[in-house]
Amino acid sequence: MREFAALYAVLDETNKTGEKVAAMRRYFAEAPPEDAAWAVYFLTGRKPRQVISTRNLRAWATDAAGVPPWLFEECYEAVGDLAEAVALLLPDGTGQGADESTQIPDAAARAAEAWPLHRWVEERLLVLPRLAEEEQRRVMLAAWAELGPVERLVWNKLITGAFRVGVSQTLVIRAISEVGGVPVNAVAHRLMGTWAPTAEFFNQLLAEASPEAHSSRPYPFFLAHPLEEDAGSLGPIDSWQAEWKWDGIRAQVIRRGGEVFVWSRGEELITERFPEIALAARRLPEGTVLDGEVLPWKGGEVLPFAELQRRIGRKTLTRKILEEVPAMFLAFDMLERAGADLRAQPMSERRRALEATVQALGDSAIQRSPVVEAASWAALAGLREQSRGRRVEGLMLKRKDSRYGVGRVRGDWWKWKIDPYSVDAVLIYAQGGQGRRASLYTDYTFAVWRAGELVPFCKAYSGLTDAEIRQVDAFIRSHTREQFGPVRVVEPELVFEIGFEGIARSSRHKSGVAVRFPRMLRWRQDKRPDEADAIGRLLALLPRDATEDETAAGDEAAALPVGE
Amino acid sequence: MHTPLVELTDNGLYCPAGGFYVDPWRAVDRAVITHAHGDHARADCAHYLAAAPGRGVLQLRVGAGADIHSVAYGERVKHGDVEVSLHPAGHILGSAQVRIERGGEVWVVSGDYKLGPDPTCAAFEPVRCDTFISESTFGLPIYRWAPQSRVFADINQWWRGNQQAGKASLLLCYALGKAQRVLAGVDAGIGPVYLHGAVERVTAAYRAAGVEMVPTQTVDLSRRGGDWSRALIVAPPSALNSPWARRFRPFASGFASGWMRIRGARRRRAVDRGFVLSDHADWPGLLAAIAATGASRVLVTHGRAATLVRYLAEERGLDAQVLATRFVGEGEEAAVEEPDAGDGAGAEEVRS
Repeated sequence: MREFAALYAVLDETNKTGEKVAAMRRYFAEAPPEDAAWAVYFLTGRKPRQVISTRNLRAWATDAAGVPPWLFEECYEAVGDLAEAVALLLPDGTGQGADESTQIPDAAARAAEAWPLHRWVEERLLVLPRLAEEEQRRVMLAAWAELGPVERLVWNKLITGAFRVGVSQTLVIRAISEVGGVPVNAVAHRLMGTWAPTAEFFNQLLAEASPEAHSSRPYPFFLAHPLEEDAGSLGPIDSWQAEWKWDGIRAQVIRRGGEVFVWSRGEELITERFPEIALAARRLPEGTVLDGEVLPWKGGEVLPFAELQRRIGRKTLTRKILEEVPAMFLAFDMLERAGADLRAQPMSERRRALEATVQALGDSAIQRSPVVEAASWAALAGLREQSRGRRVEGLMLKRKDSRYGVGRVRGDWWKWKIDPYSVDAVLIYAQGGQGRRASLYTDYTFAVWRAGELVPFCKAYSGLTDAEIRQVDAFIRSHTREQFGPVRVVEPELVFEIGFEGIARSSRHKSGVAVRFPRMLRWRQDKRPDEADAIGRLLALLPRDATEDETAAGDEAAALPVGE
Repeated sequence: MHTPLVELTDNGLYCPAGGFYVDPWRAVDRAVITHAHGDHARADCAHYLAAAPGRGVLQLRVGAGADIHSVAYGERVKHGDVEVSLHPAGHILGSAQVRIERGGEVWVVSGDYKLGPDPTCAAFEPVRCDTFISESTFGLPIYRWAPQSRVFADINQWWRGNQQAGKASLLLCYALGKAQRVLAGVDAGIGPVYLHGAVERVTAAYRAAGVEMVPTQTVDLSRRGGDWSRALIVAPPSALNSPWARRFRPFASGFASGWMRIRGARRRRAVDRGFVLSDHADWPGLLAAIAATGASRVLVTHGRAATLVRYLAEERGLDAQVLATRFVGEGEEAAVEEPDAGDGAGAEEVRS
């Protein structure tokens, strides 16, 4: 446990990928395989189901720490992480004011702390669900007393099923690959599906590579540049192919060696997350690689990206979520046909191959992204204006004679995105953030003017740099007018440019409008609060036939903190 | 019942009976200063009263020409109807609690304080009073400090580990107070210690006041290249991504602050290592200090004021209220803490 907790601490503290991989490499090389298998299990995001309810965990920790429940909640809010709040709150005998009597660890307890990871997991964690509640409580209190602060944090994370550390599966795979001298995609392949974290499994991970190594490998993704100049500067429009810029997960679907692989642009194997796509891809001809976008798709149209995120966030794909958010692969390029690399062929050729392949497949889970036809740049610009209504981010422009390049070569692929709506608004309330932003005031409510009064219209928490966040945080702390629970009412002095994607009338909001995906585009340090926008500017952006509460579901619009 | 001994005004905490402010946030006629950090000591007041050991560092903040009347800890000074004395707060060199007495009624303004040991300043002294004005920077029970000996041992070990990995150790911390505490605590036997210009100026003032620290060297700005891998370099937080810091590459970065207790804060800093070392009281420290004053009324300023107030009222039965000052305490925006007076070498590099 100690070694695993130390690994966790390093992974958590360093922001350098190289150091993370090095730390995992060291751990995997030194740990006994039965421990290493569990480490792989947890580091790749697998977890046993939650053993103890968070309600019990809170109650027992509050009790053990001897603080009133409201104070526990404040601690939790400041830390932004339950497992960590519990680990920090319990006296560990190191604080100057800590009660000496709590510093037990007797010999037996020390021995338990030195237990290897697999014993903690197999003899305690996995046993807990079978125990009566009172017995669970006893085990938890004993574990907290036995473990040091970092081990305690890791233990709480495992118990709450919230174990996550800043490494992607890709990095874990890289570390294993380096320890075993096995190609990266072979390791990725071996980690697919269900497996038991045993010593034998870990040894197999490190075993020599088989032919599987080649078959699962994706091509490097070709990326587009944002178009900043006038589209007309790209030359005659008939040299270009236009497509909608979809808001999904960029991915490659690979059909090789009798198997199917779906890789995200983060080079993560996501085959199992999209069973409907994998199923359709089984019927693609052998030796096919398609490039495209995984989209949430229902009733013949794309759903907001947030829906897909909701689905990705689920560890297990229930029937319910599969029905609510079906996914499909919208292909826009073909990179391999009958095992032959097509990337050097011109775009127009690849498009023909793609059309034929997808048409022959005839499956609604794999379709092709339509080409947007326009006779002139002006006509295309007109079509681009429809982007919001179509739930796309704008247009993609691809040179018809271009090859499929590597990385981000300039000039052949452009993304021509639509501009977000924006207004200048005044910061009026602030609240602490979550996770890495806890203990800083990062969640803000913004207001615009109406008849000499500031009316809140949205909340936003992204868009500032860390340095700006710290400056705004310092301002908030020293310019608080009033405090209501976690919310601070601040002097209305700072102006921000707020961008958002959609706007609708709303009877539930004081301002009368609700906006979608608001975020801070810029801190307008050049503007005084009286120079911020008035409500009229927002109303002018409303679609003419706007119905009530169009964006009510899942919006981020302002909730009044006062008078709760 | 008289008027309160201390009240909150637009200029800061004011003692009407004595005609002076404590740590005003605007330029006033008479200012009593608890300590020389930027949110407590402002320039351009006509007269200052401060504790003698901190005179040098206060001058860095408000200028060498400022009219500073410095008094020994415990020495009583008459101002109008009140008697004023300063008592060690244990925060940084010369930090003081301000005791104000009128006709048997005693108020104490704590400024910032800590109870733990610190080789660079006099230890916190509990002062009995009726009303205690306390900070609350780390006013949550998740904030508990480990003994500083352990933190210094961790810093030493990190430094050695970096040496073995062929990397310089860039330790970021407040230029005033924290840096000197580190310099008094690290093991000089490990390697050479270099200072950023901003730290250098303050450290010189500490040395002039007789505080013992490890020998240090100034970074020679004209020097190009060279091997820094054995060195510990102490610099203010803003130096991290500055061109100044580039010369030490490859280096590991560390940050010493009470906020480093929370993982979120550590990650946000984007440093390689966080050391939990604070010059403010932790939760047990705040409660112990408040209890030791015997005060029946506690006014709580900057930090987690609402939390501490509720706890004191509900769990300790005290008359507790929030006092909304403009102090920042150990704000995460550490730039607040850098003395900007003077134009010594390196001053331009503090800006990034």
